[in-house]
Amino acid sequence: MSVHIAPKSLYISIFGALMVLTAVTVAAAFVNLGNLNAPVALAIATLKATLVVLFFMHVKYSSKMIKLVVATSLFFLTILLTETLMDFATRGWVAIPKLMH
Amino acid sequence: MSNAVAHADAHGHAVHHPELQHHFETMQQQKEASTFGMWLFLLTEVLFFGGIFFAYLLYRMWYFDAFAEASRDLDLVLGGFNTVVLIGSSLTMAFAVRAAQTGSSSGTVRWLILTMFLGAVFLGVKVIEYSHKFEVGHVPGPNFHSTSQWAAQEQIFYSLYFTMTGLHAVHMIVGIVILAVITRMAAQGRFNESYHTPVEMTGLYWHFVDLVWIYLFPLLYLVERHN
Repeated sequence: MSVHIAPKSLYISIFGALMVLTAVTVAAAFVNLGNLNAPVALAIATLKATLVVLFFMHVKYSSKMIKLVVATSLFFLTILLTETLMDFATRGWVAIPKLMH
Repeated sequence: MSNAVAHADAHGHAVHHPELQHHFETMQQQKEASTFGMWLFLLTEVLFFGGIFFAYLLYRMWYFDAFAEASRDLDLVLGGFNTVVLIGSSLTMAFAVRAAQTGSSSGTVRWLILTMFLGAVFLGVKVIEYSHKFEVGHVPGPNFHSTSQWAAQEQIFYSLYFTMTGLHAVHMIVGIVILAVITRMAAQGRFNESYHTPVEMTGLYWHFVDLVWIYLFPLLYLVERHN
């Protein structure tokens, strides 16, 4: 198994995409999207994060074992966020519709 | 190759790469083990920041109006500039790893120095932002100043702001120190096409710090800008 060397142009394209997405997320924040402002901001951030993980961090070209560790981190992060949120939500302390205003 | 031969003679066994540790069979296996370990560490980092992100989520739900108001007081120009600088430093880091993969020590050193420079610019801007908050009283505590009806809840936003950006900045300072060590190793010619794992592992760490900021920027600076 040889080392995968990505061309410089690929990294520049990813950087360009990240810059465009940064501009889009700033622009979107100035538009009233109602309940959708927060989901849109998080979706754009997640798209940017995916580009960084796949290309800058070479996960796209990594072994299945490395991909499994990345997936595992997201799995445990999901457990951390959702289970804790469920606990707070079911105590009646949080008005869930207020999630995004 | 003369290094490897001398090494083999000293051990009295087969010729192998001088950087190959004896408990690994191949360079590829050794590198895979390093990458695996680095990603396991990053997994713990994801959960470390994840807990703080949850605290942010909870208080944002409870005190959305205060978060929206306090967020508008953050300097979007400086925050946006820093986002560009940090993503730019990820690009230079990717180029540093690429230079190491192609066996260019001078290229690796140059890109690593540029990465450290961009990291320092980011931290410099952070100093400007922090000192401004001390000047106008946007630091939670007895000297907190706000005319908002949500002043008390705004302090929670600023507590999370300083905790999250502060821990991020600590990670960057650690990253710059590691980069300095790796730059020195690269300048000494310690890396080549077949061995450059430390550069790649440093890259993974640096990109992770970039990842955290990719979420921090919209969550802190862009809570509700359209009002």
